[in-house]
Amino acid sequence: MADLAANDPVLLTTSDGRPLQEALAQAQSKAKWRAFMLVAPLLAFILITFVSPIVQVLHQSVYNPKFSENMPQISAWFDQNPNGTEPDEAAYTALVADLVAAGAAKTVAVAGERVNYEMPGTRSLFTKAGREAKKLQPPFMESLTKLDENWASPELWGVMRRVSHAYTGDFYLAAVDLERSPTGSIQQVPENERVYVNLFVRTFALSAAITFMCLLIGYPVAFLLAALPMRYASLLMIMVLLPFWTSLLVRTTAWMVLLQGQGVVNSLLVWAGIIAEDQRLVMINNLMGTMIAMTHILLPFMILPLYSVMKPIPPSYVRAARSLGATSWTAFRRVYLPQTIPGIGAGGLLVFILSVGYYITPALVGGASGQLISNLIAFHVNKSNNWSLAAALATILLASILLLYWLYDKLVGIDKLKLG
Amino acid sequence: MVASSPNDAFVAFEHVQKSYDGVQLVVKDLNLAIGKGEFLTMLGPSGSGKTTCLMMLAGFETATNGEIKLDGVNINEVPPHKRGIGMVFQNYALFPHMTVGENLAFPLEVRGMGKSERDAKVKRALDMVQMGEFANRRPAQLSGGQQQRIALARALVFDPSLVLMDEPLGALDKQLREHMQYEIKRLHESLGITVVYVTHDQGEALTMSDRVAVFNDGRIQQLASPSDLYERPDNSFVAQFIGENNKLPGTIESINGDHCTVRLANGEVIDATPVNVSEKGAQTLVSIRPERVEFKTEMMPEGAHTIDAEVMEFIYMGDLFRTRLRVAGSDEFVIKSRNTMGQRMLRPGEKIKIGWAPQDARALDPM
Ligand SMILES: Nc1ncnc2c1ncn2[C@@H]1O[C@H](COP(=O)(O)OP(=O)(O)OP(=O)(O)O)[C@@H](O)[C@H]1O
Ligand SMILES: [Mg+2]
Repeated sequence: MADLAANDPVLLTTSDGRPLQEALAQAQSKAKWRAFMLVAPLLAFILITFVSPIVQVLHQSVYNPKFSENMPQISAWFDQNPNGTEPDEAAYTALVADLVAAGAAKTVAVAGERVNYEMPGTRSLFTKAGREAKKLQPPFMESLTKLDENWASPELWGVMRRVSHAYTGDFYLAAVDLERSPTGSIQQVPENERVYVNLFVRTFALSAAITFMCLLIGYPVAFLLAALPMRYASLLMIMVLLPFWTSLLVRTTAWMVLLQGQGVVNSLLVWAGIIAEDQRLVMINNLMGTMIAMTHILLPFMILPLYSVMKPIPPSYVRAARSLGATSWTAFRRVYLPQTIPGIGAGGLLVFILSVGYYITPALVGGASGQLISNLIAFHVNKSNNWSLAAALATILLASILLLYWLYDKLVGIDKLKLG
Repeated sequence: MVASSPNDAFVAFEHVQKSYDGVQLVVKDLNLAIGKGEFLTMLGPSGSGKTTCLMMLAGFETATNGEIKLDGVNINEVPPHKRGIGMVFQNYALFPHMTVGENLAFPLEVRGMGKSERDAKVKRALDMVQMGEFANRRPAQLSGGQQQRIALARALVFDPSLVLMDEPLGALDKQLREHMQYEIKRLHESLGITVVYVTHDQGEALTMSDRVAVFNDGRIQQLASPSDLYERPDNSFVAQFIGENNKLPGTIESINGDHCTVRLANGEVIDATPVNVSEKGAQTLVSIRPERVEFKTEMMPEGAHTIDAEVMEFIYMGDLFRTRLRVAGSDEFVIKSRNTMGQRMLRPGEKIKIGWAPQDARALDPM
């Protein structure tokens, strides 16, 4: 019967002659509509608070109208004249007109900031010109260069031409330590200005190390949790969850107290005679401090998924393996460990993703060498006001995590992920 | 086959005690000798310590006191993987991340056996349980009965001489269970292995075993062949636990060698065989199997005492008639008669006299 229906698309009808599919859809539509209305608030909430900011960030990483909006006339001149055209009097006229208008509207600094991203030190050039432009007399080419000779620099004109387009991929170039040469080809930035690639590498390496440490420490704890009798297990579980109940800031500062030069750990080591008084370890304000504190903070995210896969594994599997002749190590490796892989995957992915984007702890205990990419993103948002670069960095971070997720799916299978 | 003394036993428990918490003894002074090739079943109510005994034998629990010997050697300190004992678990414990073939190859692999030899053995073991085509399936893709067969094959594939089974058929339906009982029995006989089998199900125990050890309260209550267990229970617990049983409480009126008379609460006197009562006036519980009770006077043994009974209920069961009677003030007394030609069907309310051969009524401890 089932075969018949599959091979032969006879249109089935209800007893009153309506096509069956239509009748079914009609019968279900009300229920579907109701179900949709039930989840609609959540859907709206997610769309507004989660999806739309991400879309905005993505957009901002390729769209920056600071120059083009505030300097419309010169931007129009760049559009009309192809690359390589020497700036003529018309160009200078447009530029000065823009400077006058922007100066009056007090937005010349914004336009200058955009140029300043590409060519450091030019912000003051713009603010000064914004103040003085209305006093300039034609011919503007001469009077503007007299105001400041940098206005004749071909490099400046090259940069202005590039930033006159609101849509640009330049922020992505900057995010991976690349830039456009005056001729328009892509090249690496000078050696001493390369920061981002190193920082990405450091962030991913540190996250991998933290994930590994969490696994190393968390696996036995999760095993104990799953194996201990209930009353001990719940006590241990409280200890695992305790960090969740204290503020992140408190935990991080606690590590500062423990790890600093005159801190508890160093003092203990000195007291025990393991290190000399003048050999106190530097464990804070560097990569090591970041790693220790973050491993501790992220540990529950490893332990809980592991626990949730270990708990339902009956002890009879390992017993069976032992009775079949396997040593306890073989029984663990061949029988127990493979059954906990979904938990390792979930915990590992969780810890890795969280640590890639971690911000507070590296900011507090990381010092200069323990800063991660997220700290730089924060810097560009809060300090340098270069949101587009921050957005590009964040987008690269997001993309690499999605890549990781895809890789995990290929290697282990996302369906094997068990978060709880 | 049946080990009579601990010295020629293949498996021996000697004064074994076990406590999990240091407060309560779960196994109290266990002595058990199992012969090579024997099929021994541990039968008993839940919590009586059967699994604990099996786990001690397999090496997953340590005996708190006493010795466990395998082939004459003390194995108390031998880790489980060196004991070479096959084991079938109640939930089968087939490794879910391995195929059936890999599950079976596992014990051979950890013994360092080469691939070709391994494959041949796995195939032979699968054929043995008629599961040849299932080597590439995962355990989750098998039915309960099929998983059971694979678990059995895996416990046998490395040729252990001793196999332990802890309620292996507990999760199967009745028909499949009976079929598997037969299969296990067949394998036991053809392979000549020693089997220690744990079950709740007395039918299973009686049909499969050479001997049955009835456990209760951490002790073996009786260790005997199925027929002895049923026909000659040593104490009231065994009489109650195995098969259907009528019990009549009373006091010993007279005792004379292997015959005694018992006075019931209502003053009537019956015949019985003294088992674990020895003196006149002692409290006793007389146990009689329903099918050994006679109600036709002409069939009654010579000189037997008879007592009055009133029919309460008559149940037609096809091959059997089951009749419930009021005897000596209790209406729990049951008799069974075969549906033979001319057999009488008793009617409720009918007054009859019942009796039995003295050797069929056993005067046991009052519990
Ligand atoms: N790991 C353990 N820790 C503490 N007590 C236990 C443990 N395992 C079993 N017990 C106790 O030991 C007693 C005997 O248990 P055991 O499992 O041997 O019984 P069993 O005869 O196999 O029962 P069942 O027929 O229900 O399987 C029980 O009272 C049980 O509560
Ligand atoms: Mg049990």
